[in-house]
Amino acid sequence: MARYDRAITVFSPDGHLFQVEYALEAVRKGNAAVGVRGTDIVVLGVEKKSTAKLQDSRSVKKIVNLDNHIALACAGLKADARVLINRARIECQSHRLTVEDPVTVEYITRYIAGLQQKYTQSGGVRPFGLSTLIVGFDPYSGVPSLYQTDPSGTFSAWKANATGRNSNSIREFLEKNYKETSGQETIKLAIRALLEVVESGGKHIEVAVMTKEHGLRQLEEAEIDAIAAEIEAEKEAAEAAKKAPPKEK
Amino acid sequence: MKMECVFGFVGNGFAVVAADTSAVHSILVHKSNEDKIMVLDSHKLIAASGESGDRVQFTEYIQKNVALYQFRNGIPLTTAAAANFTRGELATALRKNPYFVNILLAGYDKETGPSLYYIDYIATLHKVDKGAFGYGSYFSLSMMDRHYHSGMTVEEAIDLVDKCIMEIRSRLVVAPPNFVIKIVDKDGARQYAWRESVKDAAVASA
Repeated sequence: MARYDRAITVFSPDGHLFQVEYALEAVRKGNAAVGVRGTDIVVLGVEKKSTAKLQDSRSVKKIVNLDNHIALACAGLKADARVLINRARIECQSHRLTVEDPVTVEYITRYIAGLQQKYTQSGGVRPFGLSTLIVGFDPYSGVPSLYQTDPSGTFSAWKANATGRNSNSIREFLEKNYKETSGQETIKLAIRALLEVVESGGKHIEVAVMTKEHGLRQLEEAEIDAIAAEIEAEKEAAEAAKKAPPKEK
Repeated sequence: MKMECVFGFVGNGFAVVAADTSAVHSILVHKSNEDKIMVLDSHKLIAASGESGDRVQFTEYIQKNVALYQFRNGIPLTTAAAANFTRGELATALRKNPYFVNILLAGYDKETGPSLYYIDYIATLHKVDKGAFGYGSYFSLSMMDRHYHSGMTVEEAIDLVDKCIMEIRSRLVVAPPNFVIKIVDKDGARQYAWRESVKDAAVASA
């Protein structure tokens, strides 16, 4: 087995590309990221590992703009992310220049995934160690979308998804609790999902919302705290209601 | 190419540029409502004249690169930086396959206020209070030299722009019939007015 993970171009006898699988491991070690699609809004949330006291937290942005109508969050190797994000931003402008149209979410996702795939089929390079969650609005129809890519270069559209640390638990939660929402409800769902695995509070999560009219907006710490508090209160109310005598309708 | 008139100047907290709107090929006027002043970003305008293919190609290229800078760095380019970038691109291409485009780049920066940059097709760059290109410049520069003073109000400025347009219309042998005026100030770059003496039939927009 050890011989088949050295060079990316080599399949193992049982059909594995070990480098790609190891890259997926790297993603699993990265911070949790969640994305939820609403009817008129898309929300991205990312776990913020405690920032060092002396670090300027403003220089560490985890949710980035690719264009006015597209945003990206990722889990995994952040240095690899910088490279991929830069290439995607160039492609967004290049597309606008050549066809005089903004990219669709699907186009730029396909581009990023294509890039990730290229690095699984070349000599002497390793795959990008990150999975991305890409959100945005179709520039003409205004339909919101959420896509996910991974180091193997596969991509697909989702109503809600998570990647990174504990993504399975978050996805389970989303599968149980997802319903079509809009506006504030979508934001709450995303934060609730993230809080399943992350310590509560604005200090530990970064949340950004994108709407057709206003583009990407990062939520302030205070806002996140307020919503987290709301969620706590709702949870407690639900607990209390369960414990209350059944004749109390 | 020299028949295209572009001129502009800096006022009190704003910069104004005007350009003719005729697209001409030899003796044929393709259209007389061609907008030659591009909104580069929220607070910058590029008024361009010259070879029409180069004009569109080059200014769009600059526009997308300015947008890319903003996404990469989280803040927009200053007007001076954009002007120097533009000049640099012209200079690089100059001795290989030059662009035949003359540019007046007008912008507003919060820290430094309004500014105007004169960039000609052989990559000259000057920061100016007033500038003009083409045969029309013989008339508009003279009018601006006579009537311009620093710190003009928007009303005074538009009055001067109209004076220049009048002069061009009456004295230039193949004077373009229509002009577009755009302005940039702290509230952003926007179209101010058209000055039309010949109306095109309504064209479906692209």
